[in-house]
Amino acid sequence: MKNQLYQQTVLKHNREPRNYGDLDPCSHHAEGFNPLCGDEVKVYMQVENDEVKEIKFTGKGCAVSQASASIMTTALVGKKLDEARGQFNDFMKMASGEKQDPEGEIAAFAGISQFPSRVKCAVLSWQTFNAALEGADNTISTE
Amino acid sequence: MLDIAKIRADFPILEKQVHKKTLAYLDNGATTLKPNQVVSAVEKHYKEECSNIHRGIHWLSERATESYEATRGKVKELINADSTDNIVFTSGTTAGVNLVVQSYGRNKLNAGDEVIISAMEHHANIVPWQMLRDEKGIVIKVVPVFEDGSLDMEAYYSLISDKTKFISIMYVSNVLGTINPMQEICDKANELGIPVLVDAAQAIAHMPVDVQELNCTFMVFSAHKMYGPTGVGVLYGKTEYLEAMPPVTGGGDMILSVSFDKTVYNVAPYKFEAGTPNIAGVIALGAAIDYIQSFDWKEVEEREEELIEYAHEQLQEIPGLKIIGTAKNKSGAVSFTMKDIHPHDIGTIVDRSGVAIRTGHHCAQPLMESFGIVATARASFAIYNTKEEVDQLVKALKKVQEIFA
Repeated sequence: MKNQLYQQTVLKHNREPRNYGDLDPCSHHAEGFNPLCGDEVKVYMQVENDEVKEIKFTGKGCAVSQASASIMTTALVGKKLDEARGQFNDFMKMASGEKQDPEGEIAAFAGISQFPSRVKCAVLSWQTFNAALEGADNTISTE
Repeated sequence: MLDIAKIRADFPILEKQVHKKTLAYLDNGATTLKPNQVVSAVEKHYKEECSNIHRGIHWLSERATESYEATRGKVKELINADSTDNIVFTSGTTAGVNLVVQSYGRNKLNAGDEVIISAMEHHANIVPWQMLRDEKGIVIKVVPVFEDGSLDMEAYYSLISDKTKFISIMYVSNVLGTINPMQEICDKANELGIPVLVDAAQAIAHMPVDVQELNCTFMVFSAHKMYGPTGVGVLYGKTEYLEAMPPVTGGGDMILSVSFDKTVYNVAPYKFEAGTPNIAGVIALGAAIDYIQSFDWKEVEEREEELIEYAHEQLQEIPGLKIIGTAKNKSGAVSFTMKDIHPHDIGTIVDRSGVAIRTGHHCAQPLMESFGIVATARASFAIYNTKEEVDQLVKALKKVQEIFA
């Protein structure tokens, strides 16, 4: 079955998530929930000199949400904050159907807007990352 | 014998292609599809007799009122109520529960009074009671559910005390498919003079329901789970209760006369039907009842039992698949999990094979918790479903396994 959502990249990251675990201490932290399906993601970051020095996550939920979180951490680690914010914005635009040209494994979610009921699963970790970074509210919900 | 081909022809949406596959609609627990007869009733109202009811003295209004009130008569027949005065139209099951809680509960229950619900209730029969608990200090007691999805009836009996002032339990579980021993539940409540509300949302399209035989105080259900339109539901109440209960929403048909000093409320059921109701919806509910009544209940039940049994057999063949809810008496739904594959991933993949199922917590999060899971996938059946559609589901689930292998 040709199924753009469940590509090998997504399945691999779901099976063996990267950067899974918590960071204690950390400079930034936030929790995200998707009350519709019970998905949850916690994002931990160590930011130094405007750079994402380390980023980890824990969580449970569907393959899409967990793979998205895993891929996000690999994409953001070592990035300058401006760059990381840019990637967040690009991912959100891609999720809302605006054509983007994602690089690397993020491209696994290029077709996510074709699955409207699953967009929330994919953006949960990114929104949680953004909440952690902005520190506005440590708990976010996709609802 | 039910003529399934003829029945399916009443539901043109069943011919729809989804992702280039023939649709297998197995999400009837959420809402059933609507037959031509129901859709036509909506169209007929708007095309031929569109008018407000109970207030116009012109021809159209009289016709609309007649059709609207005719449905009250059909509901009365369907559930064997004593009178049409016992039938209140609401916007659905949730609205019915809320009406009872806000009218009867708020006025009759006091701090320390206990309300018994069950662990398998959906949120609509939990949250309104919690709202009342926060307001008045009532106590909610919960009847637990066994591992097989059946209600712990011993616990039900043990929870009842002289503090118990209300019992509110679902007839059939939307998640587990369990048919609860409603007669027994009502008998005990009646023996002790405790009012009992039966949430028949998942029962009404699947089995004959008789409010006089059950001798329940209240019953609620929705039109849209019985081949009728969304936004319409029914609250049945015993006369002495409905008469004593105050209205909770003001305006429109619930009033006899209004001055700035005083308002005289209408009698039941009208005092609970404020504002212009969903007229076309109620009329279409009448068409849905006619549709249901055109079948023999025995044949409907046999057919659905056969489907459920077949689904159980076929699904159990899939390695790693676990059926949640294996009570002896089941109706309508089969819930399951597949190892560590999240139900939403299952839902998306089977959707690509044209199969519509429900995935998630089914608005019954406490029940999920009691089974130690966050969500299930659920196939739920209606009169038009076939074994071939179950096969289509099984085939799609095998694809899920392949992808997640």
